Amino acid sequence: MNSPNPTAAVRNGSSITTRGLTKTFNGHRVLQPTDLEIAAGEILVLLGPSGCGKTTLLRLIAGLEQSDGPDMIRFDGEDVSAVPIEKRDVGMVFQSYALFPNMTVAENVGYGLKIRKMPRAQREEETKRLLALVGLEEYAGRRISAVSGGQRQRTALARALAIKPRVLLLDEPLAALDAVLRERLRVEIGLLLREFGITAVYVTHDQAEAMAIGDRIAVMQRGRIVQIDAPREIYHRPINDFVADFVGTMNRVRGSVRAGALILDAGETTARIAVGGPDRETTLCFRPEAARLAVDGGAVRARIRATTFFGATQRLVAEVSPECQLQLDLPSNQSFVPGQIISFDIDPAAILEFKPES
Amino acid sequence: MHRRWTSLAGIVVTALLTLFLVIPVLLSVYAGLTVSYARGMSAGFTLDWVRQVWELYSETVWRSLAVALLTLMLTLLIGVPGAYALVRRGGRFARVVEEIVTLPVAVPGLALALALILSYGNLGIFRQSTLFVVVGHVLFTLPFMMRAVIAVLETIDWRTLDEGAASLGAPAWRRFIDVILPNVRPGVVAGALTVLTLSIGEFNLTWMLHTPMTKTLPVGLADAYASMRLEIASAYTLVFLIMIIPLLIGIQLVAGLTEKRMTS
Repeated sequence: MNSPNPTAAVRNGSSITTRGLTKTFNGHRVLQPTDLEIAAGEILVLLGPSGCGKTTLLRLIAGLEQSDGPDMIRFDGEDVSAVPIEKRDVGMVFQSYALFPNMTVAENVGYGLKIRKMPRAQREEETKRLLALVGLEEYAGRRISAVSGGQRQRTALARALAIKPRVLLLDEPLAALDAVLRERLRVEIGLLLREFGITAVYVTHDQAEAMAIGDRIAVMQRGRIVQIDAPREIYHRPINDFVADFVGTMNRVRGSVRAGALILDAGETTARIAVGGPDRETTLCFRPEAARLAVDGGAVRARIRATTFFGATQRLVAEVSPECQLQLDLPSNQSFVPGQIISFDIDPAAILEFKPES
Repeated sequence: MHRRWTSLAGIVVTALLTLFLVIPVLLSVYAGLTVSYARGMSAGFTLDWVRQVWELYSETVWRSLAVALLTLMLTLLIGVPGAYALVRRGGRFARVVEEIVTLPVAVPGLALALALILSYGNLGIFRQSTLFVVVGHVLFTLPFMMRAVIAVLETIDWRTLDEGAASLGAPAWRRFIDVILPNVRPGVVAGALTVLTLSIGEFNLTWMLHTPMTKTLPVGLADAYASMRLEIASAYTLVFLIMIIPLLIGIQLVAGLTEKRMTS
């Protein structure tokens, strides 16, 4: 793709507001009443496991589904609830791309412009510009069946952007690609969307994709948005166990807090980690990378069960007690062997404590 | 060795079967070209019978073509959007409608024709026009067109294609023309071939529906078999073959060309 400039803050999109958006299929409520505010030019990622309602929410915003009650969807304050999809001015990128096999790559990209009755010369120019943007100039005349998965994905994206939509809606756009391509395209898409400055709603179940692309992430579970926040907050300050586990690995240790310090339940070791607060029995959580190897007797002692080398880091599975196994990410320059006893500290700022699940 | 033996046997069986089917056709053609079938080759060959058939029955040939093309047009206009509507609708209702549409294939043509005559026999002009025959043919051939299109629709992701076109601003009719139709073309072509051949060859329904003024080729054939000498009836078969074979080849060629354009 051509040198996208992430700082170019052109704002081309509309803001999106939803109020009480609800959807029931066959008596099963797949989307609980949902209020959402998406700023113009913002990229919001809807993240969650399959069946959490993220695609339904996206399709409601697109106009491909009708909500149960009186809809409340606004683009820039204008009520679009009753506007059918073909008039709603939304760009849509489907998981299966929905490209037209009877048309070439260029014809696909230009189709929306043709519908808008743009004169032929101008249309071809515009199509060429978009194909260049996604690096597909050479493939303009090819049939869809004659280009690769990644090229189809880019065609779909260019086609959706060509109509200069008010909002761009992407439904698992990378799910059909292999891992390497997925990783490359998610960076490219993120840059491209920011260059366009378009309001985008991006559905995925892949947390790495969500973190790479979203300005904010809405984590969804059972038809509800559980947490909506910047990726950094979602990762480091998840509001409950579900969010914590969905966006990464989380260690849990049971213990009691006495005079502001944690004492692990786990047998012989006596961890002393300053956590503050009143005395209580609790479970504390921390991410693998919050562990720091201690030089002279750290707070927690553990026996290494297994190591996995990742290149930049290595992950240790360490056993504090048979009931308490932890995953720790450490710099990869020091080698460990299973059976070895290590001692480590946990960054107090990275320790989380969730209220018991209601 | 073993494999070669079985493939040889396969060829022989196939050849015998083909001969069994082709010989009657060849014999008819031969009979239509001999001066006298009873006297055999020695009597010599002539195009007289073909000429006579053309003089007596050329009208039925043109009528058959017209009926077939009109029937095709109507089944295209009703059957293709109808098939799409049924697939879109889905569910039990669609299945019931599909069964009802298919019913005329199972009901004997004579019964179907009788029902038409009972219902519309009093509408003089309509009853006496070729259109009456066309209506019968449409009833009989429509399910073949619809089935062919439905079969292809079930193999493509029409819903996503439709939603994709809708998101780009296309109204429903444009989505159908621009996106659905080109992608069900193989089904439409297959359906069209079936409809044309069925309509041109259709006898029992047409026999009931026709008037002396609205005879089609197969009805004329029956007349010729019943009332003319064998050579004329056979020459008639020859005319029928000459008419239908190029038509079928032509449609296949058109279909092949559009197909190639689509995949190239």
